[in-house]
Amino acid sequence: MDPDPNRDDVNRRQFLDRLAKAGICIAAAGAAGFWFYDSKGPLSSAPQPSNLTLKDFSIGLPRQKMSIIRGADRAATLGMALKSLGGIEKFVKKGDRVLLKVNAAFASPAMLSATTHPAIITEMTRLCFHAGAASVVVTDNPINDPAACFTLTGIADAARKAGARVVLPSDDLFCPITVKGAALIRNWPVLYKPFTDIDKVIGMAPLKDHHRSGASMTMKNWYGLLGGRRNIFHQDINGIITELAMMVKPSLVILDATTAMMTNGPTGGSLSDLKHTNTMIAGTDQVAADAFGISLLGRSLDKLPYIGKAQAAGIGTADYMKLNPVMGSI
Amino acid sequence: MNIVTTRRICQVFFFVLFIWFCTVTTLGGQMRQLRGWPVNWLIQLDPLVGLGTLLTTRTVYAGLLWGLATIVLTILLGRFFCGWLCPFGALHQFVGFLARRNRSTAVKINLNQYHPGQSVKYWILIFLLTMSALEVLADLIRLPGTHGLLFGILMLAALAWMIFKAARQTSAKPKKAGIMFLVVITVWLLLSAVLNGDQTSAASLQIGLLDPIALVYRSVNLVILPLVGRSFVSVSTLPRAYDGIFPIAAVFLSAILLNLSVPRFYCRFICPAGALFGILSRFAVWRVGKTKDECVACGLCEKNCEGACSPTSQIRINECVLCMNCLNDCRHHLLTYQIAASASGEMPGPDLSRRQFIASAVSGAAVVPMLRISGHLGKNWDPALVRPPGALPEKAFLSRCIKCGQCMRICPTNVIHPAGLQGGLEGLWSPVLNFRIGTSGCQFNCIACGNLCPTAAIRPITLDERLGRNRFADHGPIKIGTAFVDRGRCLAWAMDRPCIVCQENCPVSPKAIQTREVFNTIDTGSKLTVAKAETVYIEFQGTGPGMNQLATGDYFAVVQSSADHRPRRIVSNWERGLRVAEGLPFDPLPKPGSRIDIQVRLQQPHVDPNRCIGCGVCEHECPVPGERAIRVTADNESRDPEHALLLKR
Repeated sequence: MDPDPNRDDVNRRQFLDRLAKAGICIAAAGAAGFWFYDSKGPLSSAPQPSNLTLKDFSIGLPRQKMSIIRGADRAATLGMALKSLGGIEKFVKKGDRVLLKVNAAFASPAMLSATTHPAIITEMTRLCFHAGAASVVVTDNPINDPAACFTLTGIADAARKAGARVVLPSDDLFCPITVKGAALIRNWPVLYKPFTDIDKVIGMAPLKDHHRSGASMTMKNWYGLLGGRRNIFHQDINGIITELAMMVKPSLVILDATTAMMTNGPTGGSLSDLKHTNTMIAGTDQVAADAFGISLLGRSLDKLPYIGKAQAAGIGTADYMKLNPVMGSI
Repeated sequence: MNIVTTRRICQVFFFVLFIWFCTVTTLGGQMRQLRGWPVNWLIQLDPLVGLGTLLTTRTVYAGLLWGLATIVLTILLGRFFCGWLCPFGALHQFVGFLARRNRSTAVKINLNQYHPGQSVKYWILIFLLTMSALEVLADLIRLPGTHGLLFGILMLAALAWMIFKAARQTSAKPKKAGIMFLVVITVWLLLSAVLNGDQTSAASLQIGLLDPIALVYRSVNLVILPLVGRSFVSVSTLPRAYDGIFPIAAVFLSAILLNLSVPRFYCRFICPAGALFGILSRFAVWRVGKTKDECVACGLCEKNCEGACSPTSQIRINECVLCMNCLNDCRHHLLTYQIAASASGEMPGPDLSRRQFIASAVSGAAVVPMLRISGHLGKNWDPALVRPPGALPEKAFLSRCIKCGQCMRICPTNVIHPAGLQGGLEGLWSPVLNFRIGTSGCQFNCIACGNLCPTAAIRPITLDERLGRNRFADHGPIKIGTAFVDRGRCLAWAMDRPCIVCQENCPVSPKAIQTREVFNTIDTGSKLTVAKAETVYIEFQGTGPGMNQLATGDYFAVVQSSADHRPRRIVSNWERGLRVAEGLPFDPLPKPGSRIDIQVRLQQPHVDPNRCIGCGVCEHECPVPGERAIRVTADNESRDPEHALLLKR
């Protein structure tokens, strides 16, 4: 056999060098295979149960308070309602970070009253800062497009002008929450992150007709904190509203019944769905506020099982007269 | 400043402007939002859009008149649009530059040689324009029938011209010309007699498929911005999703990646707008050319020649994109931009034979009527094709839509998507509503898409018109379709579960979804018989449903064969009994041994097609996760009376 003149014979040194490199590669491949070896395959992925809860934002009054002020001017009635509860200073202390949970569910103008009116957001923010609040956050997870909702309702504009920060519900703000003693809100995504550095929570809801539950008021307003495929909760609307009221222990709730949506709720869409009921309700007991709100819609309590369920769960009382509400008018 | 530097600055400016326009195309009044930005300006400057819609609609819509400025400038200057303005061209040029920056001069020169395939873009242009001109052509064929006098005058004028030329003996073959004349008249008259022309022969605007501006707007709006928005910086309030973008991305990426093998491949071989500019630049007043024919033919002028227009020898003016690189690269300063023709000669363009022209034109004229044999514009229309509010009737719509994706980008709820084949092949990438994606259905009080559409394929309607208010009260709101309840999938209809999310979210007042209350007896597993009863309390003989399973407020107890069998709301239950609400006590008390039925109160949704506007919020919100239990189809859409559902009273 003729040796090929072009071919460089591999000498011993080169051969050993190559062998060593091959050995390292084989060892690395083997080690990697061993390292990542999985004899079981994926297990069924039950989510880690969440122990996350919203903290208690209530101000711990010895007894619940409520005020019902008649009048058409929202800023004035809200101011008077708060004054009759002892003033905003009772709820918001110097340096508090306040979150306003508004109802911005639909992309419709404020005049249709399907959402929290910008005027009370302006006034509430002003009062909070007046009481020395460090910051005010306005948030909701609306049904329609969030950006459009906050813009078209005038809420974003009102909040920003008053110095509050608007938080739109982006995916990263939701965390799975479990409400103690709840059957439905277990590991359910809730708009949690905006609450993490907050001291006081104020729920601000309009008074609206709601075909499935009877009425949408301060308790139903917390629905806007739910994320995920929350619409499946309509299968047990009374259960979910009760659990929402268990989930959020607000510092204060406002039920704006200046203009009530009597029919076609909760979207409305026409001025003929509205009625000027000219009432502003402020209080610490959501059940009592809602129980009074129903009377303005001309409905009886037994049409709204969630009021009774919430009372049974110890969230508040449906007999609002027990709270000796301050009545007034402007 | 060097002319090439100027050109580069200009390209960068227009490219940045284009990206800025795409980015700000999102609703709002802030600086980074739509406010008053003229985001359609580059589309309007593209004369192919103007010309195409002019042929299909015989009008030039609003801003499209800008195309005239481009045409005038092109006639004066040549293809400045390609080399200086077109953002897609700038992108190609940049990628091409990256791909060959380390190649040798010889290779670069070789890459920029003229290729006969560059005439393909003219075929494409003629193909697309004939498609657009179908109706105009049909009217021309019908001329003898419709305007006999005009036709006669035209023919007499032609005859006179021929006789004049024959008499002056300038015509080479007067006999042949005479025969051709007779043939043309005969064929014309014959065609005019047999041409039927129904809907299927209507024009279709398809320039958007390949028009560079429509293509780059579509690709950036639907592919690039959502990609950037999801992965890096947010360019819209929420991440955007677009259905079926794969072919759009594939076309865009192919066009870009082809630059790796041939610089400006798209511009040289495909671009119909470039072809139009090529034709327009035939008589350009200023042109690139040599001052003297003292060239040593070193070929350096072709080293960076973007148009592959052979400046070394006979320059092809219609291929020259005015990149001006040759002016820089020529070591002897022979090349310049001048009025005189190039000293080494010019090649008259475009390189297109009569046969190629006729083949392109005939296939362009045939393809739309052929596609429409399927009947998708007639009775075989696809009800899944829900168009945005204000969209014209389908035939008129297809004669305007350039598939630029502006409506899809601006839509605040991200409900407008590029169509697949719902509208037939010719409706590809035109806007269609997909209610499963996006943040909500078609927003009740929004008219953004129609007011942005550069060609008015979606009309710029007012809110009053959309909602049927004031001046439009008689017309009622614009309907884009109708929601239909699928009673086999609906929780309340098929599964005895209360729900009515659809009713709750219907934005119309009074609601288009109304409910009817029914009480359905449910299967509790065993028959429940009364052991003991009090006014609001019953104890069973056996066992019933588990603790508080009936306590949601939706379940009711009914005493069978009792004088009063009104359903009574259950407030709590346990295995051996139940309690009903205080408001309606049992009277008379149920006798021991009597049967108790458990009923669930359901509100079953019904759609009133008279009120439903097809916004699809119900479909979007329906909790049935897969195929929704309420779905919108284009039935009863306002834009086409043929799609009406209801008797008009």
